[in-house]
Amino acid sequence: MGADLIVLAQQGFPTPMGGATLAHYLLVSAIMFAIGLIGFLTRRNLIVMFLCTELMFQAGGLALIAFSRFHLEHSGQTFVIFVLTVAAAEAAMALALVVLLFRKRESLDADEWTEMKG
Amino acid sequence: MTIASDILQAVLPAMLGAPDAAHAPIQPVGAGAWWIGLIPALPLLSCILCGVCAAIKVKSKLPAWLTVLCLGISFMLTVWMFQQFAGGRSVTVAWEWINLGWTDSQGQRQALVANFGFYVDSLTCLWMLFVTGLATLIALYASEYMSHDVGAGYCRFFAAFGLFVFSMACLVMGDNLILLYLGWEGVGLCSYLLIGYFYKKPSAVAAAKKAFIMNRIGDLGLALGVFLAFVQFGSVEYKVLLDAARPYIEAAQAGHFDEIPFTVQLIPILLMVGAFGKSAQLPLYVWLPDAMEGPTPVSALIHAATMVTAGVYLIARTYPLFLVSEYALPIVAWVGALTALVAATIGMAQFDIKRIMAYSTVSQLGYMFAGLGVLTSTGAAFHVFTHAFFKASLFLACGAVMHGFAGQLDLRKLSGVGFMKGWQVVALAMLVGCLNLAGFPFTAGYFSKDMILAEAFVTPHMAPIGWILLLTAGLTAYYTFRVFFRVFVGPKSFEPGDEVHAHADHAHGDHGHGDHGHDAHGDHAHAADHGHGHAAGHGSGEFHPHAPGWAINFVLAALTVLSIGAAGLYFLGDHGGWVAKMVHESSANLPAVAHDAHGSEGHAHGTFLGMDPHKVMYYVSGIVGAVGIIIAFGLHYLGRKTAATANADKLVPLLGPIPKLAQGKWFVDEIYDFLIVKPLHLVSIVFAYVDKLLVDGLVNTFGWIPRAFGSGLRPLQGGNLHGYAVQMAGGVALLLLIVFLASIAGL
Repeated sequence: MGADLIVLAQQGFPTPMGGATLAHYLLVSAIMFAIGLIGFLTRRNLIVMFLCTELMFQAGGLALIAFSRFHLEHSGQTFVIFVLTVAAAEAAMALALVVLLFRKRESLDADEWTEMKG
Repeated sequence: MTIASDILQAVLPAMLGAPDAAHAPIQPVGAGAWWIGLIPALPLLSCILCGVCAAIKVKSKLPAWLTVLCLGISFMLTVWMFQQFAGGRSVTVAWEWINLGWTDSQGQRQALVANFGFYVDSLTCLWMLFVTGLATLIALYASEYMSHDVGAGYCRFFAAFGLFVFSMACLVMGDNLILLYLGWEGVGLCSYLLIGYFYKKPSAVAAAKKAFIMNRIGDLGLALGVFLAFVQFGSVEYKVLLDAARPYIEAAQAGHFDEIPFTVQLIPILLMVGAFGKSAQLPLYVWLPDAMEGPTPVSALIHAATMVTAGVYLIARTYPLFLVSEYALPIVAWVGALTALVAATIGMAQFDIKRIMAYSTVSQLGYMFAGLGVLTSTGAAFHVFTHAFFKASLFLACGAVMHGFAGQLDLRKLSGVGFMKGWQVVALAMLVGCLNLAGFPFTAGYFSKDMILAEAFVTPHMAPIGWILLLTAGLTAYYTFRVFFRVFVGPKSFEPGDEVHAHADHAHGDHGHGDHGHDAHGDHAHAADHGHGHAAGHGSGEFHPHAPGWAINFVLAALTVLSIGAAGLYFLGDHGGWVAKMVHESSANLPAVAHDAHGSEGHAHGTFLGMDPHKVMYYVSGIVGAVGIIIAFGLHYLGRKTAATANADKLVPLLGPIPKLAQGKWFVDEIYDFLIVKPLHLVSIVFAYVDKLLVDGLVNTFGWIPRAFGSGLRPLQGGNLHGYAVQMAGGVALLLLIVFLASIAGL
């Protein structure tokens, strides 16, 4: 691997996003994760909560891709592709569960479901 | 000089000095015939067949006939064994049972060998002849006696009956102490099963448990004795054990008991405890009278004729071991004599005829033990033999009365039974049995009892035992004929027992009440066949006593003939008769040989009021017996108008509290209850609290700790999704904070 390629990879693309470094990507990822977490903790709507988890999920994926690019290592990106596939399947199942839960209580409020406790 | 060494010095030198006995080589143990194993196997087969009958729900008398057939063949084989028997000793090994070998710390090879083998000598033959013979007859009797219970109960009865004979055969024929122990426990189990036969009757269940527990106490002694015998002599097989004791006997004869190890002297004492338990001697006799709750054939076979003589058999079989102990035989003699007296006094005051017979059994067993104790194993074995026949016939006669009068056993409520129609055989059997038991001259019981009495006076220091036994003989004659004069002769009168309404007390396996009614009808029809014992009495209008049928009559007649015939055995062969010959040839022979010779040796021996007991005891015991009978005649027959009262009642107030005490069995049960049961109960209450507070408390504490933790943490799992999310986020934040602070601190 050529030395200029490493420089290219580690110091950012010349155009069109000149100057965007790993730190930028990680910052975006962190913000996405924080939004997702706060959304998950504050909202009661099951679908919104589920969307928030997806957001946190994708924040993690973004960080992985950024690191993968930074290290010129493809396994991180491969991993994210698998995660996306699983997330798609998981989304389908989770939404089906939400539909079932809604049919039981006619409500999407997460606080309706507190039967399983110690 | 101790008592025991005196006794042995008086009788033993002759034994070792006699040319033909002591120095004769010990007879080698030959191999016995294979078919000897069939003698115990056939009763076991009958037990299994009865079990099959129960499984396929046989509702006929088939189990009884199978049992009678198997036992009958077994008896014939026993007779054949006796015929083939050549006066030696033989061992038939059916299969190897226990064979453990190891090397001990000294590098010696040790082995515990206990085969399922049968040791046959004359003592075995003697015992097996009356065990299988009586078992066959009594099974035949029971086929009629138990007929009210045909069905599951009938099968259960005969299965236990077969198992009993098998166990008894193992006990008597086993060639080692472990097989004897197996048989010993087996007969105890069958005794328990059969006493508790009417298991719906609380008193029967209690009696069964009492018998079992009392026997456990004795069995502990027996087990320890067997262990100690093995530790001391390295074997439990008779052929080794009995010869191993010989060197010690010589020391005992010289009076050097201090040369005999203590453990050797302890073996007979431990074995003796087992014998006291099984043969109902003081202080363990209280279970036997209660055992009468079982069906009468069981009382006759197990609790009068065979099982209870197992203790006598054990001592006779291991007689050489008993001779080496300084105290064992004197203890046996004293316990036997005191048991004989105590049981006789209780028997005098009872009103239940079966219970009187039970106490007389205890009393006669005491005689046998006293006989062993005063060194006449011949007398003891002869008394076992004759007693087996006449006591069986007495019990079976009582059982016939009980069967015919709906369970009535109170001698105040029955009178003149012998004059009722169809009861002559029973009355005759009873009369012959009573004469035997009372020791009336020229009956079998007279000769066997006489042998023990004479020997008690002959043996040094044992005269008090002779006097006790003589007194007991008088009391025995009195209480025996008290029953006869009250129940079988006199004015005809009766009150039926409380089983008149369809045997209310009997626990019928799985019969419903409808079946009871049917059974009762069958019984009445049966009575009609044989003619009613119509009495002038005041029986309830409906009740007719039913005279016994052919099976009961046949068995009673056979036993009567046998108990008369047993007297003839005394005249077969010389000096002591056939039984003496049998005993001389067996392991119990030592004192008998000594006895043969000691007259000529001129050793000083005891006398009866200055006369030779052997010569005068015939007259003395005959007179004592006759006096007892005459007193009973005067008190219970002369001038008696009703069943309930007799001349004896006038005498009772003169004796103060004694009749009351005797009627209450000297309150021995109550004393045991107070001294043993109550304290144990208190201790067990204390232990129950210790168990609850300490043991349970400890365990519960260990259970409580995780529970307490859990209840502290449980609220965290509130079931709320947001709660979990906050906890998780908080946890992650906390972790990050720690990592952050750690990195700031430069860790």
